[in-house]
Order: sequence, then structure tokens, then C-alpha cells
Amino acid sequence: MAVYHLKTPISEEEIRKLKVNDVLYITGTIVTARDQAHRRALEYLKEGKPLPINLEGLAVFHCGPVVAKEGVKWVAVAAGPTTSTRMDLFEDEFIKNFKVRVVIGKGGMGKRTTDAMAKYGAVYGAFTGGAAILAAKAIKNVRGVEWLDLGTPEALWIFEVEGFGPLTVAIDSHGNNLFLDVAKNVEENRKKIYQKLGLPL
Amino acid sequence: MKAEIVENAAFNLIKQAVIYLPEDVKQSLKKAYEEETSEAGKTQLKAILDNIELAEKYQAPICQDTGTIIFYIRAGAEVKDLDKVEGALVNATRRATKEIPLRPNAVDPFTQKNSGDNTGRFIPYINWEIVPGDTLELTVMTKGGGSENVCLTGMLVPGEGVNGLKKFVIESIIKAGAQPCPPTIVGVAMGGGADIAMKLAKKALLRPLNEPNPNPEIAKLEKELYEAANMTGIGPMGLGGKTTVLGVHVEYAYRHPASFPAAVAFNCWAARRAAARIHADGTVEYLTHKGKV
Repeated sequence: MAVYHLKTPISEEEIRKLKVNDVLYITGTIVTARDQAHRRALEYLKEGKPLPINLEGLAVFHCGPVVAKEGVKWVAVAAGPTTSTRMDLFEDEFIKNFKVRVVIGKGGMGKRTTDAMAKYGAVYGAFTGGAAILAAKAIKNVRGVEWLDLGTPEALWIFEVEGFGPLTVAIDSHGNNLFLDVAKNVEENRKKIYQKLGLPL
Repeated sequence: MKAEIVENAAFNLIKQAVIYLPEDVKQSLKKAYEEETSEAGKTQLKAILDNIELAEKYQAPICQDTGTIIFYIRAGAEVKDLDKVEGALVNATRRATKEIPLRPNAVDPFTQKNSGDNTGRFIPYINWEIVPGDTLELTVMTKGGGSENVCLTGMLVPGEGVNGLKKFVIESIIKAGAQPCPPTIVGVAMGGGADIAMKLAKKALLRPLNEPNPNPEIAKLEKELYEAANMTGIGPMGLGGKTTVLGVHVEYAYRHPASFPAAVAFNCWAARRAAARIHADGTVEYLTHKGKV
């Protein structure tokens, strides 16, 4: 296990160095996107419209933050991750077309995303579910917000972060997926558990 | 009992619950961190412990999902004005949403409109129990959505007996995987009916982690299920490791001869609860968070 501190924009070369179980901290720009923002971004792409922010080399964060407005300035109060599997539907196209290098969320993602990460050079960083204050304290500035018409949880929040993490690299750019490994391991353990509980398999 | 006293006590309980984890949960997470051997699991547990500390330091909610507000009341039969309690709890919830603040988590399932203040039809939900005496015991659970989404009720085959229950519990935990933000607390109930089982399973989440069921046979089952759950290897946040659950609490009710209802309820690691006893003279005794009002 190695610990990496990366600054955005992150290059493909830097991403290829990361392996599952490594710990990553990000400094620079991360952008939130949940279901609706993913869907709209891909619609824009189809229509040939540019996104309001260039995502190349940045991190996309599956998060619907609690935000407050202090005067004219937005502040992130609590910003933990949401379940990433819902974005499996869009993430391969997202990575391919917008050249996002890090996807941050909780709960992991499936094979389609894993394949795209290997092909185009991106990783999935698992952030601890519920650790909302840890996340909020690493957000030094809310640089902007786009697509606020989708509602505050679904909008694109542009955060300037410092040492955002720890993110456990759970999917690397070499086809490894820690969540799928754990699932396989659980399947193998089931037999031992049934035996211990005296249950027929 | 004055509504104002109940409202203030309930407000304080919500605030205590969302900012400070109960001591038993904190100690259990610390122990899990010390004993965890998986690297990824250890990283997650460290982040959890750091986050708990930061929430206390900044007086901010532990998690951005401040949950659905559920109250459990043990009302002494001699307590006056019990009909005013519900209104007091609704007011406390509204105030807590604005002042702490909480995320508004009450949505009309038909129109999809969020009420904006954590109240609505049957929400906050109140569980009543009438007991002898003149005190009002109030417990709040602020229940996260991620762990709620994997709760399960099953109508098992009576012929399989407790073995059927064991299988149902283990399969529920495996199916839930990373989703309920493990390490979780698991509430299990058998018997009663579909509704009674889930009610008992959810209430079992309130029991402190160091208190096994007083019935030694049930306590033995709890230990057996706890050890089995931690053999799955799901680990903290589903990234692999020794600690998948912090505890398994089992309750039961008598069942119909033809039915074997079973329920499994999950609470995320941010297992938030707080309790107080309000005495007849109006003094409030905080039971879980002394000195943290």
C-alpha cells in the first residue's frame, strides 16, 4: 500500500501508477455529479454542446452536499459520498469523453466502469460513507455551481480542495476491482459460515 | 407535563444524537480499528474515527444524511397531558431542522415534494408504550436512509425453525454488502407477524452494544450470528476486512403455528440515538449524553 498526494489536473501517467489498496489524497478541483448531472452531461455531448466546466484531469464526486449561503458565498457544510452503483449506467461514457481521472464515491462500481477505467486511465477512490465533516473540512472554497436548476443535491458543485481523502483506490486502471474481489471472497466464505452455523448448503 | 419541557428535551436529544455517537458505539469502532488487519478496512475505520472527532469539535452532524426522526416513548400512566406530547415532538423536529441544521428528509411519496422541515404524515414517527409511574422516557433514533434500504422481512418456513432464521440473517447481510455503510449494527426479530417482527428488529438497534439479550439462549444466538457475520469478509465500507458488524441484537415474539416471520434491520456505523427521562417535577435527566446539551 502506497500513499499518493496528487494535484489536479492529473495526468494519465500519474493515474497508471496507482494500484488497488493505495491511499490517495487530492488537492485541486473536484466536481460533484449525481444521476441527473451525468445524464445531462451526456445529453450535451450528443448535442455537441460544451460542458460548463472542462473536466479533463479532474475528479468527479458522487455527492449531494448540504450547502449554505453565507452572504453571496456558498459554503459546503457536509459533503459525504452517495452510492456509486447508480452512476454505473453513465460512467464509462463519462470517463471516455470528458477524460475524468478520478471517480469518488462509496459502495464501488461494476465491470463496465472497471473496463472503461482500464482503457482510458482512471481510478475509483472510495471515500468513507458518512464521513461528511471530514470531507467538508477538506473543501477550502466553493468555486462555483452549475445546473442549479436540478436542485442543490443534483447540481454540479465545483469545489477547491486540499488533501481531500483518504480515498482508497478500489478500482485501478489495470482492471483490478477491490469490491469485486471482496464479493468473490464472500462467496467462498459463505460455505464456512454455513458449516459453522450447522446449516445445509 | 408541560409541552414546552418535552419540546426542549426532544430538541436537545436530536442535537445530541446527530453530533455525538453514543459511547458504546464509539468504543466498539475504536476496538474494530485496533483489531482490523485489512489495509483498506483500517483506512476506512480511521476516517470514521477522525470524522466522529471532527463532528464533536465543530458541533456539526456526523453524516450529511441526518436521517428520519423516530421517537420511542415509555410514558408513565400517571403523566398528565399525554395528548400534547406529539405536537411537542413535531415542534422540536422543526426547530432542530432549522437550528442544527438537519437535512430535510421527509418527502411525500405521491407528489415527491419535500416538506422541508422533516415532518409530514406519520413523520416524525412515534412509538408509544404505557408503563407504571409518573415519568416520561423519551428516546430518539435518527435513522439513515442507506441502511434502511437493505432492511428485509421474510416469512420463513416454520419447519426449518431457528436454522431458517440464521440462514435468512446471513443472506441478508451478504446481500446488503457495502450499501448500509458497514460496520453496521444488525437488529433481528422472529415471530409476531410481518409488522411486529420489523418493529422489534428496529427497536433492537437501540440496545447498547455491550448488553446481550437477557435470555441466555437468545444471547447465545446473538453471539453466533455476530461471529458468522464477521466471517463474511465484507469489512468496513465493504472494502474487505474483519469487521462487518459491531453487534447483532435478537428479539422475538410468539408466532402463529403456520407462520415464521423474520426481520432484519440495519443501522449504519453512525448509529445515532439519545434518551432522556422527564420527571414529574419537570426536571430532565439525560441518559445517554450526560453533560452534552
